[in-house]
Amino acid sequence: MIGEFEDIIIQTLCRFLIPFVQLFGLYVIAHGHGSPGGGFQGGCILAASFVLVVVAFDLAEAKRRFSEKLNNIFCSLGVFIYAWTGWMCLLLGANFLDYGRLSKILPVDPVKSRYLGMFSIEVGVGIAVMAIMVSIFLDLVTEGKHEEASE
Amino acid sequence: MKLLAFIATLMTGALLIYATVDFPDWGDPYSPASRHVSPRYIEKTVEETAVPNMVTSVLADYRGYDTLFETTVIFTAGISAVMLIRRRRK
Repeated sequence: MIGEFEDIIIQTLCRFLIPFVQLFGLYVIAHGHGSPGGGFQGGCILAASFVLVVVAFDLAEAKRRFSEKLNNIFCSLGVFIYAWTGWMCLLLGANFLDYGRLSKILPVDPVKSRYLGMFSIEVGVGIAVMAIMVSIFLDLVTEGKHEEASE
Repeated sequence: MKLLAFIATLMTGALLIYATVDFPDWGDPYSPASRHVSPRYIEKTVEETAVPNMVTSVLADYRGYDTLFETTVIFTAGISAVMLIRRRRK
């Protein structure tokens, strides 16, 4: 189903393209505060680079680079980073997700720590969206049989 | 029966169009939506959060709780896809 139409041109092109797509995804996540973008959009771009790997090469190659198990962990890790940022504020004595209080453990003033708190949750959202997009893509494109096929 | 449905649709449409006359103008600074919390976000975003992008400060800081559960919704969608579609190894 996948990997039957291997083509040297497409594979070479994708090999050049994928690092730039991933770099752009990271840029969109990291510059989510200052420019249009953020975790949701950057996560989708990162997932698109993974989809390119599956389309240009095959499923086994994609799984060799980014395993199923790691992807499942990343799904939860993204949401965990977001919620944990909120809990950190709670443990430091402020309200849930009140990033100003993070200045107690970060070497910056409260205003700048709100900036860093927002960056932290954008990273969490980006990781979660990327891993979940990849997971849904793999399930849909192989009708859920990719775990059996990988044996 | 089709004619009745057509008349009902027309009347509902006319009612909705009549209601749009009372809407505030596009971008009206004195509309109720622009007078409640928006001015505060616009004026205080850079001062309070050091973020030059207003959208991010509302999304991630003032409405951070909402975004947390948006992420949780996506997470739930992914888990549901795994549960419904994926076939387990035996």
